[in-house]
Amino acid sequence: MARIGVFVCWCGSNIAATVDVKEVAKEAAKMSGVVLSTDYQYMCSEIGQNLLRNAIKKEKLDRVVVAACSPRMHEVTFRKAAELAGLNPYLVEIANIREHCSWVHKNKDEATEKAIALVRAAVAKVTLNQELIPGEIGIEKRALVIGGGIAGIQTALDIADAGYMVDVIEKTPSIGGKMAQIDKTFPTLDCSACILTPKMVDASMHPNINLHTYSEVEKVSGYVGNFEVTINKKARSVIIEKCSGCGVCIEKCPSRKTKSEFEEGLVNRKAIYTPFPQAVPNVPVIDREACIKFKTGKCGICKKVCTAEAIDFEQEDTKIIQKYGAIVVSTGYDLIDLAKFGEYAYGEDPDVITSLEFERITNAAGPTAGKLLRPSNNEKPEKVVFIQCVGSRDKTCRGKTYCSKICCMYTAKHAMLIKEKYPDIEVHVFYIDVRTPGKNFDEFQRRAVEEYGVNYIKGMVGKVFPDGDKLRVYGVDALSGDTIEIDADLVVLAAATKAKEDAEELGRKLSISTDTNNFFTEAHPKLRPVETHSAGIYLAGACQGPKDIPETVAQASAAASKAIILLSKSKLINNPCVAKVDETICCGCLECTNICPYEAIASTIIEYRDHGKMIKKLVSEVNEALCQGCGGCTVTCRPGAIDLKGFSNKQILAEVDALCF
Amino acid sequence: MTRVKVNPSNRDKEISRIIEISGENIYSCMQCSKCSASCPANSEMDILPHQVVRILQLGNYERIVNSQTIWNCASCFTCGARCPRDIDITKIMEAIRLTVIRNKGESRIDVDELPEKIDDKMPHQAIVSVFRKYRK
Repeated sequence: MARIGVFVCWCGSNIAATVDVKEVAKEAAKMSGVVLSTDYQYMCSEIGQNLLRNAIKKEKLDRVVVAACSPRMHEVTFRKAAELAGLNPYLVEIANIREHCSWVHKNKDEATEKAIALVRAAVAKVTLNQELIPGEIGIEKRALVIGGGIAGIQTALDIADAGYMVDVIEKTPSIGGKMAQIDKTFPTLDCSACILTPKMVDASMHPNINLHTYSEVEKVSGYVGNFEVTINKKARSVIIEKCSGCGVCIEKCPSRKTKSEFEEGLVNRKAIYTPFPQAVPNVPVIDREACIKFKTGKCGICKKVCTAEAIDFEQEDTKIIQKYGAIVVSTGYDLIDLAKFGEYAYGEDPDVITSLEFERITNAAGPTAGKLLRPSNNEKPEKVVFIQCVGSRDKTCRGKTYCSKICCMYTAKHAMLIKEKYPDIEVHVFYIDVRTPGKNFDEFQRRAVEEYGVNYIKGMVGKVFPDGDKLRVYGVDALSGDTIEIDADLVVLAAATKAKEDAEELGRKLSISTDTNNFFTEAHPKLRPVETHSAGIYLAGACQGPKDIPETVAQASAAASKAIILLSKSKLINNPCVAKVDETICCGCLECTNICPYEAIASTIIEYRDHGKMIKKLVSEVNEALCQGCGGCTVTCRPGAIDLKGFSNKQILAEVDALCF
Repeated sequence: MTRVKVNPSNRDKEISRIIEISGENIYSCMQCSKCSASCPANSEMDILPHQVVRILQLGNYERIVNSQTIWNCASCFTCGARCPRDIDITKIMEAIRLTVIRNKGESRIDVDELPEKIDDKMPHQAIVSVFRKYRK
């Protein structure tokens, strides 16, 4: 006969105000197997835990039920306390009488009755609990960072500084990401390149960091501590080891019709190119779709002029298979396509540009060498109009429902940059709301208005109408109700940010979830902001939601520290509550392998003796390290051969029976 | 300009009817004024479309029905097409007009007289719409 102890917690007044805890303890004492039933104000406090530990020893308890808050909160606490008293921690059950009872009910009698029922169910279950011993798994002491923007660079540097090897995968030919395109950074207006490029160099020079640029994640398998990742290194057509980065090949390349991605399409690039002069690695890549040699077979000028003999037209994509203990996803964001916003004439008139295009125009290293010129005629504009919230906070199919978060600040920055260089240019900003929470952020935006004389107009623009060489902007000042018409020379659209197009696909490869907007979902919006629901995979930067640079860097370091915590462990203790297959019942249909979201179930052939004959049989087999204990397989299994340890069918049914008492 | 005290929590009968007839959520509006900026008839309006929505949010029905705006609206649907909050302002304008029309109380037909009116020439739809428009 089991010797069960029941401990009912008051949780101050959280439980005791709605549930008659004394009554619950009294009723629990009558339940089968219960030898001790008591209540205490705060079971989680040291005194409460001592009460539990002493009772286990004194009363020789072999099962414990704690009626308290959610097991998410303190299951670990009470399991530890039980373990200290010599009891297997998996012989502790929690009856959740707070979140599931006192917090959601008002009537004390009914709540007390429900609390008693919940305790009865927990007692019924714990009676059938068995000792479980968690296994141990080793950890590959190497981290993978997917995405080489500022988030990925910061994460990689932090993990590498802690002494672990880090591989960074970057899709484009160079690391740097969006931050490399930006001119100045708010709210201090320090030059983006000046603070980013040293970090890029640090990352490339760090003995523990390995950069895989022009590469993508092809496949991810394995589990926390032991991921196996296949990386596809796309053919660069230039041998990195040989290239000296002299740039003669780029100079001589006759193909000049491709729009430069880095310059946001404002100018063209060659078929062999480095995205920007400070690229890391400073090794060009041949765009095979644009290259004349690849298209027609004739040309090959780059190869002829390359003194280092680094050009290799025959280079093929290579696959690298590598094991990692932790993965950090930092794939960043993009701007939405503005094709649906016909009223702004974007794409129709060259003088209507996005904010990222503006960054390039105002950048000293950009196509106009930092001079503010209209793309249509290369003349200085007299009036510039900024339009915010283009697609942000938009409930229609044209935009995104969320606030893109960075636009208010960068628009104020752009306005100020213009006023700083050309005080005679008129600058108007159309906004819906100005949102500038952040250290020194609001002061920054107010400076644009108060010191630089930027004209902020609350209201949206109805239409931008190309009229001769001007852009007629029709708007309304929502506060005064005056209609406004501006003959602008340049219109800058603060396009909404969005998740990367392939975020969902990458999410599937990694078994991490994305939200309705395709941003990766964190494990808890407040308390676990850099972790995903998949153990060992962490998030950094704008791939989790719109973010500015300071936030991105902070999150990157947080993700790095989470990865370091994991890598610094010698062994990982896995959850013993995993699925178990009864091979004698398993019929080998392998339905469970299809339903398992963690690919934790495989098949194996077993041999057994039946009436003197050796028989071979196909059965499913659970990899305990991969199994997350979701229980999907147990309900899929037609013969009922799979049980979840700690949550066996018998235990669950016992709980249900107790509730139907 | 007259200043009227309004009580934002007062969702009076007429406002509720406007919401019901239009099927639009006026509380979704965040006053970006894109509708007004897009409106081709805005020069003829004493209250701009975004102000109409705001005044509805504040519950000042009188101010809306006494404005020229609702009658100058061309029902071109530009406002609704461009609204980032997915509000079809045209429908709201129509709903306001309907509340006025239906409130006139000039019942032009008596149910008892109806059988006499029905002849082969009278379209049935016209008879139905008489009831729909004049509820009193």
